[in-house]
Amino acid sequence: MTTATEAHRSPGERWRGVEGALLRLRRLVLLCALLPLALLAGLLPGLLAGAVWSLWALPPLAGAAWGWGALARNWRSWRYAERADDLLIAHGVQWRKTTVVPYGRMQLVEVTSGPLERRYGLARLQLHTAAATTDATVPGLTPAEAERLRDRLTELGEARSAGL
Amino acid sequence: MTVRSRLPQRPEGNRLHPITPWRRAWAPIAGLTAFAVQDFERTRGWFEELTVGWLILGFAAVIPAAAAYGFFSWWFTSYVVTDTELRIRTGLVFRRVAHIRLDRIQAVDVSRPLLARIAQVAKLKLDVVGTEAKDELAYLGEREAVALRAELLARAGGMAPDAAPEVGEAPARELLRVRSGTLIVGLLLLGGVWAALAAVLVIPTLIYLATESLWPTLAVALPLLGGVWASSIGRFLTEYDWTVAESPDGLRIDHGLLDRDHATVPPGRVQYVRISEPLLWRRRGWVRVELEIAGAAKGKGGVLLPVATREDAAGVLARVLPGVDLAAAAGAATPPPKRSRWCAPVRRCGYAHGVTGTVFVTRYGLLRRRTELVPHAKVQSVRFGQGPWQRRMRLANVSVDHGANGWAEARLRDEEEARALVAAQAERSRTGRREAGPERWLTGPAQ
Repeated sequence: MTTATEAHRSPGERWRGVEGALLRLRRLVLLCALLPLALLAGLLPGLLAGAVWSLWALPPLAGAAWGWGALARNWRSWRYAERADDLLIAHGVQWRKTTVVPYGRMQLVEVTSGPLERRYGLARLQLHTAAATTDATVPGLTPAEAERLRDRLTELGEARSAGL
Repeated sequence: MTVRSRLPQRPEGNRLHPITPWRRAWAPIAGLTAFAVQDFERTRGWFEELTVGWLILGFAAVIPAAAAYGFFSWWFTSYVVTDTELRIRTGLVFRRVAHIRLDRIQAVDVSRPLLARIAQVAKLKLDVVGTEAKDELAYLGEREAVALRAELLARAGGMAPDAAPEVGEAPARELLRVRSGTLIVGLLLLGGVWAALAAVLVIPTLIYLATESLWPTLAVALPLLGGVWASSIGRFLTEYDWTVAESPDGLRIDHGLLDRDHATVPPGRVQYVRISEPLLWRRRGWVRVELEIAGAAKGKGGVLLPVATREDAAGVLARVLPGVDLAAAAGAATPPPKRSRWCAPVRRCGYAHGVTGTVFVTRYGLLRRRTELVPHAKVQSVRFGQGPWQRRMRLANVSVDHGANGWAEARLRDEEEARALVAAQAERSRTGRREAGPERWLTGPAQ
């Protein structure tokens, strides 16, 4: 995490990152998409038009190399903090976003986990408020942490519940 | 055996006005007509083969079918008001029962289109949080609709269940009536109307010159004419005799020349207010005020005042959002720092943002200046956003989401200020909620 954002945090907030498995999962998806593409781009023109044309494999490979690092940076940027009255979610490296959702405003807390995420032992937590534009999702939690957070948020939400 | 006993069991509850089947019967006939018009050539082909006998047979089949459809859909529609909810049963084949919680009602509209006015019936529409389309009861007798609205509002407001049915219409005090002259001048001073008119004159002419054929010209001109109609005369007809009144039930908005519409917005339901000032209105100090409530169809926010002077608008606004002073809100807004010209050199001139004790204020727009107000108590979440270029310039955007599926954004603020704003806004919306009035407005303040 960069020091610029570090300076803005008040000491009372305890930020948590997301699981390392999320990074592994995303890297796997990246490689599954780009390596076959690189192979195809290298082999087909190479066999049909001459060896030099297999250089077409380089752009996908370069993309994979860049994505490898970019995913790590993006993964490090994901974090959340439970404060006394609201939940903070921050992410983004180039386009930074921070969302603050007061507990009393939560209408629904959702935990989802797709087949691939389940294989990696991950779950995703999503908060819904009355505003559909609220963008509050935390990917890459362990199922236990997601459930703990869901139960705690639901409990806090009920205690502080406010109408529309 | 009588006809009555052979009919299927009718759901209990109140019925709609007996004129409703006639309106429903129009649907199949209109569908048939639309089909015939759309596929004109083939229909004409059919008619050449048709004999008078077949034609009569066709009508003999369609009209009773349409009438039966209208009759049965009316027969199976009923509504019941209980202490906590309004139940609407509908559906001929697929039965549907809508349970509408009265304390979740955001607004009640009574609309009377021209034909319904002639027949003395009205349509009752409810805005409820979480439903896509407005639930509606169409048609009710005019007097019945008004009584039902009063009862629903009284129950929603928390009045004792026994007293609610007889409470009748709450007294209303007129706040503002928009004069037709003002409305016409206001419309004539809108650039959009003239642009649409110019488009109607220029584009079909060009197409005619290019193709020298009438059909494509008409095909282009008709939708354009429709657009001009909607933005000028149609808008005049809708906004004619715009009256805003205040009552214990909330704000009453009445308008329309041919189709009369009425809306009641109970206290504390307004999530967002936008004040727009088109370029040519500014010299006269005129504004248009729009508001949004939760549950209204997206992008179809209601209009509070089509055109009014700033002072009048401020007066009405102070009743809608208690404690909000328009002049103070506008005065609190400050422009973004000078260095934001490297991000948006021209648009930044319209940007401004401020916070008062009750509302979050943002302003944007160069030609049509728009001031957005979101009460602190209605803020659902706060977002901070910063792109790479903005980070270099140490600028950031802050958005607040409100409950009517929208947001207001303070653009290009200083980074430090924006971070402080996010923290402070979360705190303000928390305390703001505590001070907000109760959901059931006729009961005392929240404990």
